Amino acid sequence: MKLEDLHTPYSPNWCPGCGNLNIWGALKEAAVKEGWDNTNTVLVAGIGCHGHLLNFTKITSFEGLHGRAIPVATGIKLANNKLNVFVHTGDGDCLGEGGNHFLHACRRNHDLTILLHDNALYALTTGQASPATRRGVKTKSTPSGNPDEPLYPLAIAIAAGATFVARAYSGYMPELADLMIEANKHVGLSVIDILQPCVTFNKICTHEFFQENTYYLREDYDPTNRRKAFMKALEYGKKKIPLGVLYKVEKPSYESEIPQISETPLVEQTPNIENIDELFKKYT
Amino acid sequence: MAIKIKGITDVASVKIGGPAGAGVKSTGLMFAKTAARSGYQIYDNVEFPSLIRGGHNVMQINFSTEAVTSPRKNSDLLVAFDQETIDLHSTELLPGSGLIFDSDEKLNTSELKKDISLYGIPLYKLAKEASEKELFTNTVALGAVIGLFGGNLETLKQLIAEEFEDKGNEVIEENKKAAQLGYDYVLKNFKESIKEYLKPIDNFTSPIPYMVLTGNESVALGAIAAGMQFASIYPMSPISNILHVLATNQEKYGYIYKQPEDEISAINMAIGASFAGVRSMTATSGGGFCLMTEGYGLAGMTETPLVIVEGMRGAPATGLPTWSEQGDLQFVLHAHQGEFPRIVLAPGDIKEAFDITMQAFNLADKYQTPVVVLLDKNICENDQSFLFFDISNYKIDRGKLLKEKVDDYIRYKDEPDGVSQRAIPGSGNFFLANSDEHTQVGYSTEEIKDRKEMMQKRMQKLTMCEASDMQKPQIFGPEKADFTIVSWGSNKGSIIEALKSFRNVNFVHITWMNPFPADSLKKILSESKYILDVENNYTGQLANLIREKTGVEMTDKLLRYDGRIIYPEEIVERISYIEGVETI
Repeated sequence: MKLEDLHTPYSPNWCPGCGNLNIWGALKEAAVKEGWDNTNTVLVAGIGCHGHLLNFTKITSFEGLHGRAIPVATGIKLANNKLNVFVHTGDGDCLGEGGNHFLHACRRNHDLTILLHDNALYALTTGQASPATRRGVKTKSTPSGNPDEPLYPLAIAIAAGATFVARAYSGYMPELADLMIEANKHVGLSVIDILQPCVTFNKICTHEFFQENTYYLREDYDPTNRRKAFMKALEYGKKKIPLGVLYKVEKPSYESEIPQISETPLVEQTPNIENIDELFKKYT
Repeated sequence: MAIKIKGITDVASVKIGGPAGAGVKSTGLMFAKTAARSGYQIYDNVEFPSLIRGGHNVMQINFSTEAVTSPRKNSDLLVAFDQETIDLHSTELLPGSGLIFDSDEKLNTSELKKDISLYGIPLYKLAKEASEKELFTNTVALGAVIGLFGGNLETLKQLIAEEFEDKGNEVIEENKKAAQLGYDYVLKNFKESIKEYLKPIDNFTSPIPYMVLTGNESVALGAIAAGMQFASIYPMSPISNILHVLATNQEKYGYIYKQPEDEISAINMAIGASFAGVRSMTATSGGGFCLMTEGYGLAGMTETPLVIVEGMRGAPATGLPTWSEQGDLQFVLHAHQGEFPRIVLAPGDIKEAFDITMQAFNLADKYQTPVVVLLDKNICENDQSFLFFDISNYKIDRGKLLKEKVDDYIRYKDEPDGVSQRAIPGSGNFFLANSDEHTQVGYSTEEIKDRKEMMQKRMQKLTMCEASDMQKPQIFGPEKADFTIVSWGSNKGSIIEALKSFRNVNFVHITWMNPFPADSLKKILSESKYILDVENNYTGQLANLIREKTGVEMTDKLLRYDGRIIYPEEIVERISYIEGVETI
């Protein structure tokens, strides 16, 4: 597979410099490396700038409703657990509208890869505060400064039971591509919080800001320590935003423990109704 | 049979009442199955008025040699496990009927009419005799009822052995003993009162007895029989039993039931699974359907097949959780913003719920759109007996489902019938299932041409469905009559019974709500001089739909919005007042 094979007739309509361009680039790079195509992979997105990605990527996809990408992806995975299932979601999509789904997907450890396009505000609706917006930040919906504390998505993921929890910055594309591959290979729920600028509406979280304030976890960091990972996930501030795999443990995925699909995905099975009369007899 | 109303099927009826946890429902069901196995047909009505002092449960089982399709206002025998049952229900006892109660408890029966027979039985004491560990008072009472109705105790014992199979031999034997003690007590003390209502029917030779089941159960069985492979259902009264049945049988029948975190997730998971290529469903009540409305339109827009079961209860808000209503018809017909093909079907009884559920899966696949099966609580939770379900005529038809790779695949290709080939992810075919308006491939678009093309394509499916699948309303009674009852849902049973009291009254039962059989209905109604609309809601939602679609106005309406079932007696009474109606 070549990079061109992943192109559609449409060119990205994101703003020049948007972090989504890098995320899109990283996804394609990873797809070429790993052979993710229409025979083995599906993309699911919610609504927000991130969702446009599906129009520019020639991999079969489902663009759902705002906040609802995760349950759609869950249904897909349960019906066909052979597929690589990627969820593209935004900070508003995943943490606001779809917050409940995020919690429970982590808890159940579905074998999904959630790519959280995190630009710390609502961009498609032209710049309102999101659950990831820092306190005090002025946006169109918080003209006097955001009164709310932000959520820490990775702390939530770890607390809720996700088994692969990582952070990336969209500008570091090759590293992001490798992280996507690692996340997909992980059996169980993977989340990558991808810090990305919104060049139009977020004047704080710029490329420069991320480049100055993020750092990669040291090689000797132990990602299996849940308590330490949780502390890392809460870390934020000047030069204090960790990148890399914060938490990773081996645990059976939800799908791996369902006897009905232990050998064959549901979609490849013929419904087993030959002995339905036995069931009917229970009601006599 | 005991309860005789001119024209209406004669039934015998026993009502069992007691506090929640006394085993009213399980006792009632055991009785119903004993009756069915003895060759009788049954209809039972379960009521659990949760607002009256901590959960008072009653179940009325009506049985007859003929089909019974509704409950009755009165009963022949009341089994009271507490004073409340006596206080609330003894007025329903007709002269000559009886009351079973625990003679060792200080229950007040002084308010009862003189012509009611009192069958005081030491239920508790006999239960203790049967088992020291557990209390099978209800089984003692059940044995007593079988005795009083001249039933076959061996049938009950066989049933006990089957029902308690998982609980071990000791429990089975103790229950059998409890039933025997109740039975013997009646034979010894009330021999002269025995009425042989439950005498096994001699010529009942069917190798397989009647099935006795609720609508929830028939929907679950219908889904499994239709090859459903994925269900995500969040618990909610009155449909929770659908998920109980599905959860229990999933490994054996190879499908997946998943309990989601909420109804929004439920419908989106089901959409995801269906998109991935398996038959999928969800179920809920009105409140949960509120949360599902966004997913409802998503299935319509992405052209994803989906079966949604909506079991109505008293509303709005939390409403009357354990009571029935038909208040969601207009809601389901219009739910979600904008326009898309919604197929809405409303079964009128438990067997229809089974058949329509199976049909719904074929329709959803054929038209690649959501199909709602609209039930009401009376169908969901009441039992009725039916001949053993036969599905040999059913063919699973997945429609234009495409699992292989084809050249130049176009997901939303504009076809004359509005339905395009539906590939699945992983098939090698590229496409987008897009909640945005989209091109034929699925790319987002806002072009006029694309929009018009896709709207027309989607809506065309409804036209096709109307032409090739929609069924005409069913007419019961004379084909043409001066007086016509129009109704839907569970009222069907009571109306069919009521109809038997009259000569020139017929009944039009409507199951297709969208597309709507406007032409055939208009023709039927134009033959009638007087149309009575019967519904379980305040505004007459079906009547409004009929007016909208046909221009025909109802002459009169019988509306109940107190959660209670409409009894045949009420309908008979209402019709009797109409001038020109001929009673039998």
